[in-house]
Amino acid sequence: MQELHDDKLKKLEETANKTRQLIIETLLEAGSGHSAGPLGMADIFTAFYFHILNHDPKKPDWPDRDRLVLSNGHICPVRYVSMALSGYFPVSELKTLRKINSRLQGHPHRGSLPGLETTSGPLGEGISQAIGMALAAKLDNKKYHIYAVASDGEQEEGNTWEAVMFAAKYKVNNLTLVIDRNNIQIDGFTENVMPLESLKAKYEAFNWEVLEVDGNNIRAFVDAVGEARAVFEKPTVIIAHTIPGKGVDFMENDFIWHGKPPNAEEAKKALAELRTLQGKIQSEHA
Amino acid sequence: MLNPYLHLNPKIFDKEAEQKPTRDGFGDALVELGEKNKNVVVLTADLSESTRTDAFAKKFPDRFFEVGVAEQNMAAIAAGLAVSGKIPFISSYATFSPGKNWETIRTTIIYNNANVKIAGHHSGIVTGPDGATHQATEDIAIVRSWPGVQIMVPCDSIEAKKATIESLKHKGPSYLRFTRDKTPVMTTEKTPFKPVQTFWTSESPKAVIFATGHMLYHALLAAKELEKAKINVLVTNVAQIKPLDEKAIIELVKKAGKVVTVEDHQVMGGLGGAISELLGRELPAPIEFIGLQDTFAESGKPVELMKKYKMDPTAIISAVKKVISRK
Repeated sequence: MQELHDDKLKKLEETANKTRQLIIETLLEAGSGHSAGPLGMADIFTAFYFHILNHDPKKPDWPDRDRLVLSNGHICPVRYVSMALSGYFPVSELKTLRKINSRLQGHPHRGSLPGLETTSGPLGEGISQAIGMALAAKLDNKKYHIYAVASDGEQEEGNTWEAVMFAAKYKVNNLTLVIDRNNIQIDGFTENVMPLESLKAKYEAFNWEVLEVDGNNIRAFVDAVGEARAVFEKPTVIIAHTIPGKGVDFMENDFIWHGKPPNAEEAKKALAELRTLQGKIQSEHA
Repeated sequence: MLNPYLHLNPKIFDKEAEQKPTRDGFGDALVELGEKNKNVVVLTADLSESTRTDAFAKKFPDRFFEVGVAEQNMAAIAAGLAVSGKIPFISSYATFSPGKNWETIRTTIIYNNANVKIAGHHSGIVTGPDGATHQATEDIAIVRSWPGVQIMVPCDSIEAKKATIESLKHKGPSYLRFTRDKTPVMTTEKTPFKPVQTFWTSESPKAVIFATGHMLYHALLAAKELEKAKINVLVTNVAQIKPLDEKAIIELVKKAGKVVTVEDHQVMGGLGGAISELLGRELPAPIEFIGLQDTFAESGKPVELMKKYKMDPTAIISAVKKVISRK
């Protein structure tokens, strides 16, 4: 991974903002889908596709590419937008999301769109699949790295902890897990639906290296990934604290926006807000 | 009479005929495949000895993964390995895999068309004393509706080895069904492996018995008795339930007219379901179903269970007589 210079960081922040605008436009066109998660993860996906991943959008099947596994498939609008912006397919194709004959399925389907590493949507399955890829890389002496993104809500799935135990047992150190800790799920706040805290202590108890980071701060996230990559003796999880609906005032931190798209009026308001924020995402955190 | 062209075990009806569990054939095949193909990997959910993956584990420790009691994780890890070029076999009891982890397999293996071989053990009430919790009797039904999956149910340990090796030709998900208990060895090394083969032939048959797995032996015993009563039947081994060799089955039904299906599984959704769906569409014919009749079984010796749940040769003979009497 290259060093992240200030001018590159500025560009990434602009891309993240553009990503948010396209998420709103895409969801409006689709008429259904999830808003909060994709907006909250726009910074992390921008960091992945435009800085962290060793990949080639023109060769999605390149055997030595880094793998990015999205476990919580319902936030796929952010992945689709990042893929379009980085050149996997034309930005205009985003309009087809959730429509018939589209490659952009409502939840990602590996067989439909080159560059998606897995099929996902049913929760709790992504970490296991990422482990499988990591084991294959080790068997083949390949150096590519596997990143998996999971939601906080899916920490409630038993499969998640099956995978967490296994990764520690086999010291799967070519895997980095990123948990989107945005504190919401469909039925409400995670701590009301099913308390997860202390998530950090849980992963530590399962013998993982745990890093915590502001997931809406691109530099902090990139630094955390660098730190995670340096851990050799165990798998690493980055608990990324994000604001669901980030960048759109009336969506932020409101679980109502977990599973619904904006209507035309709401989209207009959201886009106006995002456009005026252009380039100012970082200063918000300063 | 036994089909003379299939090189079947000549001692098939002897009291001292060899008996082996089909899981043994699976274990032997894994070792052979491991030697031939370095991409073959094996995953087990804390059942390496009883599902016969232990020999592979010993020989190829780097390609063997013990996932512990975690069938969902086993399936999804296998999916990740498969999309990365490996050919994973996942091995557990069928009630747990593909039972407990059904949706995980559906999403990560089947919908991805991942080249994973799912070995479901302890199938059928022949699992015996463990009781109904461990007797997989719905597994074919829950697997059969998955698009693109291959389903093999070998009749004995020799065919089990062949079926396991054969499954690698299918570049996608396969389900292999095995039994715990020793069952008669009906075939030999020379017997060809085919999805549908008639083991018992006769002139002017009045019915055809389609049997799958170890139940084929009960069907052969029934045919032998029926012959004494001058009731001629065909007994056909359906070793592959999906894709079904429809052409072969239609031809046999055209010849015999009446049908009995025999399986160690619920009568719904398994072999009987597959054949009646086909015949309903192409060639409606009277059909009787031998299998579990919409109930769970219980602990007991396999032979006792077969009798109590009307899946023994006596029950098959009755079903044949009944179907022949139908218009």
